[in-house]
Amino acid sequence: MIGVAKYLPLLAASLRRKRLRTFFTVASILVAFLLFGLSESMRFALKAGVEVAGADRLLTMHKVSFTQLLPASYENRIRAIDGVEAVTPQTWFGGWFQDERNQIPTFPSDPATYLRIYPEIRLPEDQQQAWFADRAGVMVGRGIADLYGWQLGDTVPLKSAIWRREDGSETWDVTVRAIYDLPDGGDTRQIVMHQEYFDEAKLQAKGLIGWYVIKVDSVDRAQKVGRDIDLMFANSPAETKTSSERAMAQSFVNQIGNIGAILSAIVGAVFFTMLLVTANTIAQSVRERTNELGVLKTLGFSNPGVMGLVLAESVLLTTLGGLLGMLCAWWLGVQFEPVLKQYLPGFRVPLDAFLKAVAIMLALGLVAGAVPAWQAMRLRIVEALRRE
Amino acid sequence: MSASPAAAAPPIVRIRDLVKEYRRGAEVLRVLDGLSLDIKQGDFVALMGPSGSGKSTLLNLIGGLDRPTSGSLEVEGLRVDQLTDASLGRWRADHVGFIFQMYNLLPVLTAERNVELPLLLTNLSREQRMKRVAAALSLVGLTQRAKHRPRELSGGQEQRVGIARAIVTDPTLLLCDEPTGDLDRKSGDEVLTLLEALNDEYGKTIIMVTHDPHAAERAHRVIHLDKGTLSEDS
Repeated sequence: MIGVAKYLPLLAASLRRKRLRTFFTVASILVAFLLFGLSESMRFALKAGVEVAGADRLLTMHKVSFTQLLPASYENRIRAIDGVEAVTPQTWFGGWFQDERNQIPTFPSDPATYLRIYPEIRLPEDQQQAWFADRAGVMVGRGIADLYGWQLGDTVPLKSAIWRREDGSETWDVTVRAIYDLPDGGDTRQIVMHQEYFDEAKLQAKGLIGWYVIKVDSVDRAQKVGRDIDLMFANSPAETKTSSERAMAQSFVNQIGNIGAILSAIVGAVFFTMLLVTANTIAQSVRERTNELGVLKTLGFSNPGVMGLVLAESVLLTTLGGLLGMLCAWWLGVQFEPVLKQYLPGFRVPLDAFLKAVAIMLALGLVAGAVPAWQAMRLRIVEALRRE
Repeated sequence: MSASPAAAAPPIVRIRDLVKEYRRGAEVLRVLDGLSLDIKQGDFVALMGPSGSGKSTLLNLIGGLDRPTSGSLEVEGLRVDQLTDASLGRWRADHVGFIFQMYNLLPVLTAERNVELPLLLTNLSREQRMKRVAAALSLVGLTQRAKHRPRELSGGQEQRVGIARAIVTDPTLLLCDEPTGDLDRKSGDEVLTLLEALNDEYGKTIIMVTHDPHAAERAHRVIHLDKGTLSEDS
């Protein structure tokens, strides 16, 4: 390390030679890595839901579409299937708070079975009991409670874009009875309300629910249980389609996942352009310094040594721009986190993206510098010294 | 011309039947034609001759910057013409100091960083390197200009930085290619006085290519090169 450090002033001085050119090259690389950082953040946010989805949980929904409802009576029949440990109904409530843009994922469900099926949810016992006891009570995630400053006991006028109350109102006054955390990570911006209260109070589709979440007693039996459920409701007016929660989350992400693929393609094209820009900068720099490289060789710098200097200069350039770009991406993630967490919770540059970025910086620098470095290595001293 | 104190010393450079040819298309140009020469340890030799006579080519061959077509070239008993590229680089770093007509300093580095360059190839610590740099700059009288970049120095000062860079590794042999060629008379004289001191007081063997008879007068020995062959002032 010390051996390499002594060449840093020489490398830094080379980059200072044409400050404007270095600035523009570093700025271009910065933008490329900023794009990379943001696209990785997006990918991370999209994947986060899939990562936390349990392998021992199944989702049973209408075979036609998840927007079609299922009879609430299926619950007991599903529970009777061998291998099913717990079943809970869920429905997409389409909730928002104060402004339609403030969408909050809200699900009516059965509190007791919900918590049994999602053991990763942590909440104090007294809050749990308070929630169970209050039919109009809701359990809210720490993220959403912090976002709107909700406290236990607060009454929140939730609105639904889908469900009206029997009195025709679209406002559902619910009381915050519990605030949950997910210590192992996950989305804490959801609200869970009582299925019973919801079903009684809603104007339409009584006795119907959105889908069922099922916990199986063994991951190994999950596939068979899924098949048994679908077989049970085959040829009925509401046929079902059951898959694991993880597979469902993945397929949901895949629908919008093409954004990730498009971003990757754009970032790839940008990186390729950066490769050419950096290679051009280094090649120009080497051409301008032919005489100086000849001097270095005269002083005793070996051919591989001079090649190493040119490669190091190229890597320094890409690393400088790359680190600044990743830093900007990280900073933007932090700045926009409060705004984005409603739509893309977990939007931030993940650690593995930083590691990937460093590898790309090194590769970009080495590839971009390869040809100029090779030319510098092959430079004959007497010819180099003749050039001004 | 001063009297040579190296008259009885052993040869540091021993050249025998040295031939250097260049190819230009189908044509072969013989620049050095079977040249033989001994230069003694501690000598100060001026190499003169018209343009294209092969002076710089000879200097480059002695310094291991180029390879002869045939013949032998020994420096301090080592067959320089038989060394590999990598060995030649190491040998140059340890034994030879180069001084150029156009100084050839790196414009982006300060004087002290320029002088430090050859020391980067050694295992010296930064502190040791800077000590040596300070000593070399002090010897050429440029301690006060250590932090200046070449464009902030006069031509004479630039050349003195070049000399400091050439001597900082304490080489035995100094090869100077027209060291006063780009300087006014006064600065040229200062540089020559410095070279004389390096020769007299520090025992450096100096081979200096020059067109300038005034500069050649400061050497102990003047060798003329014309059409690839040597003749010497008596």
